[in-house]
Amino acid sequence: MNEYLLKGLLFIFIFYIPFIVLAKNNYRFIYLLSACYSGLGLLCSLSFLLSGQSSQSISFPLGLPTSGAHFKIDALSSFFLLIVNLGSFISSLYGIGYGSHASEQSRVLPFYIIFLGSMNMVLLAADAFSFLFFWELMSLSSWALVMSSHRNKETAEAGFIYILMASLGTFALLFALSLIAAPSKSYCFDQMGKVSMDGKLASLIFLLALLGAGSKAGLVPLHVWLPKAHPAAPSHVSALMSGVMTKVAVYGFIRIVFDLLPFQVKWWSILILIIAGISTVVGVLYALMQHDIKRLLAYHTIENIGIVFIGIGLSMAFKTYGMTAASALALTGALFHALNHSIFKNLLFLGSGAIQTATDQRDMEKLGGLILNMPHTALTFLIGSVAISALPPLNGFVSEWLLMQSILQSPQLPSWGMKFLVPSVGAFLTLSAALAASCFVKVYGITFLGRPRSMQSRAACETDRWSVLAMYSLAFLCIIFGIFPRIVIHLLGPVITAIAGTHYFPFSAKSFFMPLSLAVDQNAYNGFVLVLLLGIFFFFIMTSLKWLASNQFRRTSIWDCGYPEKSPDCQYTATSFAQPIRKVFGPFLFATKEKVICSEPWYPKAAKMIVKLRDQIWEYFYKPVAMAIDSISEKINFLQFLTVRRYLVLVFLTLVSLLGCLAFLL
Amino acid sequence: MIKNLVFQCFDAFFLLAVSPLVIGIIRKTKARFLLKKGPSLLQPYYDLMKLFRKEVTLPDSASWLFKATPYVVFTFSWLAASLVPTFSTNLLFSRTADLIAIIALLGTARFFLSLAALDTGTSFGGLGSSRESLIASLAEPAMIMIIFTIALVAKSTDLSAISTFMISGQAGLRVSLWLALASLVLVAIAENGRIPVDNPATHLELTMIHEAMILEYSGKYLALLEAASQLKIVLYLSLIAAVFFPFGMATMVGGISSFFIGLFTYIAKIGLGALMLGFFEILVAKMRLFKIPNFLGAAFMLALLATVLLFVSRSL
Repeated sequence: MNEYLLKGLLFIFIFYIPFIVLAKNNYRFIYLLSACYSGLGLLCSLSFLLSGQSSQSISFPLGLPTSGAHFKIDALSSFFLLIVNLGSFISSLYGIGYGSHASEQSRVLPFYIIFLGSMNMVLLAADAFSFLFFWELMSLSSWALVMSSHRNKETAEAGFIYILMASLGTFALLFALSLIAAPSKSYCFDQMGKVSMDGKLASLIFLLALLGAGSKAGLVPLHVWLPKAHPAAPSHVSALMSGVMTKVAVYGFIRIVFDLLPFQVKWWSILILIIAGISTVVGVLYALMQHDIKRLLAYHTIENIGIVFIGIGLSMAFKTYGMTAASALALTGALFHALNHSIFKNLLFLGSGAIQTATDQRDMEKLGGLILNMPHTALTFLIGSVAISALPPLNGFVSEWLLMQSILQSPQLPSWGMKFLVPSVGAFLTLSAALAASCFVKVYGITFLGRPRSMQSRAACETDRWSVLAMYSLAFLCIIFGIFPRIVIHLLGPVITAIAGTHYFPFSAKSFFMPLSLAVDQNAYNGFVLVLLLGIFFFFIMTSLKWLASNQFRRTSIWDCGYPEKSPDCQYTATSFAQPIRKVFGPFLFATKEKVICSEPWYPKAAKMIVKLRDQIWEYFYKPVAMAIDSISEKINFLQFLTVRRYLVLVFLTLVSLLGCLAFLL
Repeated sequence: MIKNLVFQCFDAFFLLAVSPLVIGIIRKTKARFLLKKGPSLLQPYYDLMKLFRKEVTLPDSASWLFKATPYVVFTFSWLAASLVPTFSTNLLFSRTADLIAIIALLGTARFFLSLAALDTGTSFGGLGSSRESLIASLAEPAMIMIIFTIALVAKSTDLSAISTFMISGQAGLRVSLWLALASLVLVAIAENGRIPVDNPATHLELTMIHEAMILEYSGKYLALLEAASQLKIVLYLSLIAAVFFPFGMATMVGGISSFFIGLFTYIAKIGLGALMLGFFEILVAKMRLFKIPNFLGAAFMLALLATVLLFVSRSL
């Protein structure tokens, strides 16, 4: 069964590209086709995860002449296939509706298909060559999607930075995979890394993998492209890039570090935990400073990828000290969060797309009051906001709870550094969750609630039926995975067993209602009972209020202390909402400068406030590098204007120096 | 099982019944220390009844979220409070949510309240929810460090298990626990919006946080929100009692007499807590909004110190 599905996936990917040419602008057809393709992928991954088969592999006489192209489906890749295809299935549904009010479809459609297919192929690739080939195809097709609205000046800049960072990442991965392949003399994943290597080489490979996967996933300090590039694409593509493509990067990292490298060195996990902890807090603080919805969501991706990497780092730490159970728990949390993030981030991006379609606005400061005109978008966006803020009873809380629980296991770690580092990472995790909740109060409150701040916002209307369907199905998943987290735990079973060696939550078929309880200290969380109790309590209040309280109500104007605020501009805005947090965290993180220009009281004019934020990492890390490259290239520019004789001398000197190097090395 | 279910139901309704009294005690204490007579202890009950009977006025710009929020906030706060062991260490549903989940339930309530404040479209609401979000973000890390310390000592984050462990006296006299207690008191003051962080008795925009958020509410909605904030105070008092002063709680083995002993000691503990809170509130003045980060930073540092001390003392 699975073999056929796998073959089907591969063949369809190769054969349905011609359809793009045939159905050039028939967006409905293309998106339906993509939805079917993703459905097939979903079927493939679910059947694999639930049947508990061993891995399947196929090889094709494509790719490198000596080895051919190998494809393999195993537990790890099938779980990520689930994430990818779930996201792309919903996005394709959304696309059917989106296409009806988008221009220049032909800039999006072909690349969209290649993007979907290449993400699937990265997960299935079982040799270094095809892995890198599809990885790069994924980068390039998403770059083309980012550039689809190329007339915008910001988009051009975003695209440039994106392609630079993506190339850098692929380059790093190329080196990493080559270094693993070199001793075993094979590019096939099955044979790679089965040879002994020394710790220094392994560490080098690990750093390169972190650079490659981290730049694609958006870990700080490699995140600079992400908030620029993700928002520039059409909304359902932004959803895919943020929710799904970053997970492919996580997959690449796990594949290399847990699967291909023969062992792990102790300090790796420390590095990951530090980087991930910083990423979560920095990502969410950046998000709080934004008032462009899509850019804000992109910054949240950095935060959530940080959370996933916290789980991965913890898992590595426990693994290196031989605590398999705790390692399995942390990995469960990380992968659960990866799935959750792909669900709610997709939902929120689709919601922001609906807002953009309805109002032609991405700036929150010009929105407000949308809850009245766009009830479905408002409801689903609310569910997504609660989920991403890690609040019970939805799914975001469950995965963060699992991570918290694995952090609580850290005192058993023998190393002192770990003992202190892990709790502080825990504090970072909670801080970021609390800040995320603030941030989404801001997003939701400013966008959907209050009074409309502009004409477009007042005249907004609900988006099309396909998009609403897509958003509702994601919101439904948020609720279901929150109430019955055991479903996901069950799906994760084979993956965790394959990577960490044991599965933390032994599974029996009847236990979907059972709490998630830890073997060690009996800590438990039971989403189902929680929701049940909430329902009972709520029912009790409703019924008792019926005979206890008065049921009269009337509409009045708001309380204004005798100074009626005529204009809706008097409401709080995103900038003013975040002011306290900006004041507390801003100075040392963003070097914020606020300037209020007030006129003299005897000559009233409009007052102005200027808020300046600096991305410190950009200023001190990227800018100097860019400037250095600029100045060096200017200095060696004279080489362009040499005579032929001098060029020949140059060639000769190069040859001599190369030969000298050879003589020195051999 | 049946006994635990009865305990659990009794617990939920007992908390509901007793929480306005706690506010009454706090107010009375403050008034007596200021040499005033003060309102009756039962005044909060009268206030709630009065509000329930009154008509609700809804602002023009309010949506369904504004109407739904009081129910959500009340339900979540009530559930969170009922999951904290009060007079007995074995409540039926304590395995539903551990300490982390209980704090997160309060977070959900806060999330919706902040949204409702923004829903009115006034600058007051925005002001309240913006400040609230700052305080919540700073209090959360301190809270998690406190939980971490407790979990390190008691080997669990399940509150029933923690109380059982603390009653058994295995924890001994630990400096870390005292530090964690001090930190928890600071966090509880901030989370409940008491002086010096927020003044519940004021309506000056310079000083309002929680009051600004519920400014537009009236009638039964306001009553629900008031009741929810009273439940929240009781929750934190019960939490402190259950973790740090668990003596007298009924355990698995006890019969009906232990139930009454547990109830009596619980009432005494909560009453004493309310007295102390009232006394503390007249000693200090409300602090500036941007002093709060220092206040909560101190709480975080205390909790961090508690954790570090634990590690150090364990290794000796």
